[in-house]
Amino acid sequence: MNGWLPKDLWTRNETLVAGVIVMFCVIATLSDPRFFTITTVSDLLRASIVIGILAVGAMLVLVSGGIDVSFTAIAVFAMYSSTVLALAIWPAMPWPLIFVISILFGAGLGAINGFFIAFLGLPTLIVTLGTLSVYRGFLLTFIGSQRISDLPPAMRDFSRGVLARGTTEAGNFYSIPWSALALLFAVALTWFLLKKTILGRSIFAIGGSLESARRIGINVRWTQFFVYVYVGALAGLAGIIHGSVGRMADPFSLVGLELSVIAAVVLGGARLIGGYGTLTGTLLGVALIVIVQNSLIVIGIPTTWQSVTIGLLILLGTGVPAYRAKRAAARAG
Amino acid sequence: MSQTASMKRITAAPEFRLLVIAVFVFGLMAVLSPDRFVSSQNLTSMAFQFPEFAILALAMTIAMTTGGIDLSVVGVANLSAVVAAIILIQVADPAMPAVQSALWLAVAIAAALCIGALAGLVNGTLVAFFGLPPILATLGSGLVFTGFAIAMTGGSAVMGFPSNVAVIGNATVLGVPVPLILFATLALILHLILTRTAFGLRVTIYGANPLAALYAAIDINRLLLKVYVIAGVFSSVAGLIIMSRANSAKADYGSSYLLLAVLIAVLGGVNPYGGYGRVIGVVLAVLSMQFLSSGLNMLQVSNFARELIWGVLLIVVMVINTNAVTILRGRFAGSAK
Repeated sequence: MNGWLPKDLWTRNETLVAGVIVMFCVIATLSDPRFFTITTVSDLLRASIVIGILAVGAMLVLVSGGIDVSFTAIAVFAMYSSTVLALAIWPAMPWPLIFVISILFGAGLGAINGFFIAFLGLPTLIVTLGTLSVYRGFLLTFIGSQRISDLPPAMRDFSRGVLARGTTEAGNFYSIPWSALALLFAVALTWFLLKKTILGRSIFAIGGSLESARRIGINVRWTQFFVYVYVGALAGLAGIIHGSVGRMADPFSLVGLELSVIAAVVLGGARLIGGYGTLTGTLLGVALIVIVQNSLIVIGIPTTWQSVTIGLLILLGTGVPAYRAKRAAARAG
Repeated sequence: MSQTASMKRITAAPEFRLLVIAVFVFGLMAVLSPDRFVSSQNLTSMAFQFPEFAILALAMTIAMTTGGIDLSVVGVANLSAVVAAIILIQVADPAMPAVQSALWLAVAIAAALCIGALAGLVNGTLVAFFGLPPILATLGSGLVFTGFAIAMTGGSAVMGFPSNVAVIGNATVLGVPVPLILFATLALILHLILTRTAFGLRVTIYGANPLAALYAAIDINRLLLKVYVIAGVFSSVAGLIIMSRANSAKADYGSSYLLLAVLIAVLGGVNPYGGYGRVIGVVLAVLSMQFLSSGLNMLQVSNFARELIWGVLLIVVMVINTNAVTILRGRFAGSAK
């Protein structure tokens, strides 16, 4: 086996998910040759940007041994509030500034989660479940519950920016928007954080065993706090991109997506008990969920069966490794 | 003996606080809007409103007592309602004699309960025999159940029931709403199961310490199967109430009830890590939530603010509860989970 391939290549979730994706693409291309074109790929890419950024954040929380269900509320809160703020004080505000404001909003809300989890030691699921309602309730009650389609012009400019565009020979239009760079940025930053910094290794250590991490001298509280702030910031980024690309600040959007995002992350092999998760797996999981949501019809499964398919994929993707682990544990006695 | 006495003192605390909260909320609302909140009309309408999600919270309670969670409750409720609804519209005929119609209603109810039990069996199998974490097993199976409901109905609502379906959700017996009777019965059953049976004791032991339960020779797989079957059957009862009250069945009814059910269970003092949960706490939590939302409704506070207040309430109660717990834990061993 090549040195750069992981030894457990064949038993990893990533391999399973990649296999399912390849199989799906093969079947889809066989049943409709138009499936495997640059147009489809760019459509799917565009659909996965927001979910992808959210998933990177959700993965980090799972690695740290927690679970966050409030990030969609953070995303929509940050997006809507920064849009309202921009419209109120400086409608001509350049988009990077709007983005920064949204990210700061996200980080701030993440810090609230982090405070309850890291410093008061409350269970992560319960805290984020509570803050999910709080953020959403606060947004809709005090900031606004109207859709805003008259966005600051800079946000519309952002959504028009493309890295590449063109028309295929068959006459189909495709484009890769700037926002793809944001996903790339989020992935690269998180990769650097997890692989190259002490902080990243501490996150893995905490997820693996909180008590051991504490005993080797990791500052567990601040590391946990950082995780939630970082996730909040990523959610703020995802939110503002969602708003810009959709050309509408809709306070009712995104919330409800949190379990699908977590499902994507878990499909990619991140473990709920913490300490394990990869970016490759996360992105593959996102790709699979997005493909199933958008292209199920191509392989002849009616869209009404979409939820059944995603549910079965989750059960299969988590069941196979879980069953294997159970068997291994039973053999070990 | 002194240990059990001190245990009692500790465990009495969260429920007592909940009682104080429930009474306080009731009193506050009664003061703020005296003629409408305490009116019999409002009390009756509250009694019709809360049982559907309260029963889902009971299902969540038993799953949480084992340290698990059941995210499929709403999916199970809707799937059973859809199955019952499909049976009912097949036979709906205004000319049918009342006895025959009642018989068909019984068949539909039985089918819904069977679906609930079957769904619970699926969840239990996934958790017990395949070793899936309950949160993922029920997240996935919940999507599958909802998906089946969508596939069976094509995503639209099923309606046109015989008139006797309204009995489940809208009738009263001696002035007491039927949904409230159903809720009270199920709460009592769950309370008796958890406190008066060997099975209930095993559930609590397993939730508190799975390894100890294993060494105590408890058949964990059977236990988990039973727990999720109970949760499934409870969910299908909630589904039937929703169906009757909405006079239709649809795959995406009550989607906000999932988080609400978790919230109520936790608010009711059920430990999400397992090992502790009392039905009386859940009942008090449900009442507080319902008083709060009806009261706020009368004060013309928007639904969104209600969501905000629920979230704040959940976090505040958690802060109060866990601080008490940490002080206690510090006295014994500082073992944090």
